[in-house]
Amino acid sequence: MSQIQPLFALQIHGLEKRFARPAVDGLDLSVRIGEFYALLGPNGAGKTTTLRMVSGLLKPDAGSISIFGIDALKNPIAAKRIMAWLSEEPMIYDKLTPLEYLEFIAGLWGVDAAEGEARARELIGWLGLEPHAHERCEGFSKGMRQKVALAGALVHEPKLIILDEPLTGLDAAAARQVKTVLRERVHAGGTVIMTTHILEVAERMADRIGVIADGKLIAEGTLEDLRRQAGQGESLEETFLTLVAQGGAAQ
Amino acid sequence: MSAPGSLAWFARHECRLSWREFLFFISAGRRRRVRGVIIGSALFIAFLHLVAWPIVAPYAAIEGEASKLTLVTVTGTALLSWSLMLSQAMESVTRVFYVRSDLDLILSSPVVAWRLFAVRIGAMALGIGIMGLAFSAPVIDMLAILGGWRWLAAYGVVAAMALAAVALAVPLTIALFHLIGPKRARFVAQIVAAVIGASFVIGLQIAAILSYGTLSRFAFLRSERVVALAPDVESPLWAPARAMLGDPGALAAVLALSLAMVAASILCFAGRFGDYTIAASAVARNAAQQRQLSSFRPASPRHVLRRKEWALLRRDPWLISQTLMQLLYLLPPALLLWKSHGDATGVEGVLTPVLIMSAGQLAGALAWLAISGEDAPDLIATAPVTARQVLVAKIDSVLGATGIVFAPFVLAFALVSPKAALVSAIGIVVASAASTEIQLAFRTQAKRSYFRRRHTSSRIATFAEAFSSIGWAGTGAFIVIGSWVGLLPLFQAVAVIIAVVLFGPARKTA
Repeated sequence: MSQIQPLFALQIHGLEKRFARPAVDGLDLSVRIGEFYALLGPNGAGKTTTLRMVSGLLKPDAGSISIFGIDALKNPIAAKRIMAWLSEEPMIYDKLTPLEYLEFIAGLWGVDAAEGEARARELIGWLGLEPHAHERCEGFSKGMRQKVALAGALVHEPKLIILDEPLTGLDAAAARQVKTVLRERVHAGGTVIMTTHILEVAERMADRIGVIADGKLIAEGTLEDLRRQAGQGESLEETFLTLVAQGGAAQ
Repeated sequence: MSAPGSLAWFARHECRLSWREFLFFISAGRRRRVRGVIIGSALFIAFLHLVAWPIVAPYAAIEGEASKLTLVTVTGTALLSWSLMLSQAMESVTRVFYVRSDLDLILSSPVVAWRLFAVRIGAMALGIGIMGLAFSAPVIDMLAILGGWRWLAAYGVVAAMALAAVALAVPLTIALFHLIGPKRARFVAQIVAAVIGASFVIGLQIAAILSYGTLSRFAFLRSERVVALAPDVESPLWAPARAMLGDPGALAAVLALSLAMVAASILCFAGRFGDYTIAASAVARNAAQQRQLSSFRPASPRHVLRRKEWALLRRDPWLISQTLMQLLYLLPPALLLWKSHGDATGVEGVLTPVLIMSAGQLAGALAWLAISGEDAPDLIATAPVTARQVLVAKIDSVLGATGIVFAPFVLAFALVSPKAALVSAIGIVVASAASTEIQLAFRTQAKRSYFRRRHTSSRIATFAEAFSSIGWAGTGAFIVIGSWVGLLPLFQAVAVIIAVVLFGPARKTA
């Protein structure tokens, strides 16, 4: 019997999370396989909370999360096996070298040792970390730490990569390198979901953009779709601000 | 108002920071705790006064011209405390060089930086002095109550000792900096500080064991040979002891000398502190190179987690220095055991609890680092491994590391007394497991670098860990000497663990 291939890398239905006030409020969101999806929204809109729930770092109060057809709430281990999470603050160990860090992650995700080593060396070369491969990360700059963390997110070849503001604080060269790596992942069939405050990045890189405000998805589509929904604006910045204002007024 | 950038201005800045740091230390950021901590501390201090009473009572009446024996004993006791102060001061100086905090801001500002370092040297002396005064207060107060107000002069001597310790720690640490370079100075300074802190106590104990077959430091200090070798009673070297015994002239001389030492230290070295901190920061940016080339080895998630924990523990200089200090304190009882080979009775009752207690304390520290001090919690939480697998691997690494540290001692012990070694081995395993369970029950999410302040997050955990280790150590000691009294500490240790398991915060929130 052939298995039905899922259409979506991520499907969220009725997702809710409440802290002092609702952070995510009945969110519905779908991201197709092989898509580069940018999630935009003002500060405190619920972007990071949503992605932390998808990654299994927060438990939702209600709703469902499906990753490549796997119920991430019922079967978190299977869901985690095929995705990677990268936050704005790189999660690396100061006392490990990049190569040791990648070896650790490959081991955690159960990647075959030889395969993991080959991938790690390839990623280290690709991201320009070769001269520092055997140095402890404690002296690394923010950009280098972010590259090490990105290599960690890629070493187990995830089908879905979730990134929370990955370009914040990076210099132009490092940001370009990260963007190139992500684009290539999408070309290779991977799915990328990214939150960003840099609208130019969303404009240039994303296949579809979702705009979230007060924990709800208020607009979604390609840049052209969003412009139509906003009814004005040439740039994404104008479109975004109009959509957020409309969303606020509607609520 | 003092002018910005002046000594007084920096002093005010440091005082404000220190005060807030202190408030955080006692309250862990929860203001409501302050009152409880103050009441608890007052009760504890009162209890310490009661403990000190019978100990100091025989000495309180010393009056008139002090004998050589008295001067030797008082000086030896003061030197014991001073070696710990010197160790603490070296630690503090090293921290000033390597911890960035606000240094980048101040060094990049147009103020004269030496003033800040002058204030920081002074602040170190003040901090160490306050700690010394707090620890010695029960003894000095009881001496004053029982023997007269003249004993209060000892407070002045303790303050002078703190000043002298800082004054000496600054050039010592700077000498290390010059000798081995900023790259290794941090690690080596911490080790040297640990050795200095332990050396005088251990040295006296070893001398006492070799000369008199006892662990008692006083037996050595009060021996005829030592008293005969000591300088005459007129020697100025006895000034601190005379000051402690209430001689105002000697007290004035000791205070003046220690103040002069600190002033000299500030004048000579404060101006260069900026250069040292810049050199130290360059080391931090130029990260350590690992000689061993990494090669990927086939391993299960549990295995890689354990390997990661061990690598991080091995590369933690502060942990290594603290472990080394604990092991150094094991040397005298081990030597006593070796000396009394063939008739180990009595010595077993000393070494067994020391081993068990040390293992419990070390395991607690390691468990905090592995369980609460996880620097990449999101990474671990998003990995396709269960929380149980992660915990088991972390517990593995804690117990494994503790086992590696203590196995040689137990094996050596087994050659002299197999029964006591077996009891020690079981005690080490149980005390380590209990400390790990306590850290599990009180686990929080913290940065690894907060290790030194881990006690602030839960004092209950700290006390539980101490009571548990003491309980298991006492049980081991009484089993070895074959006494049923051993059941009492056993009940205490078991009660602590049951309370932690039933009422620990992690259990309640699980």
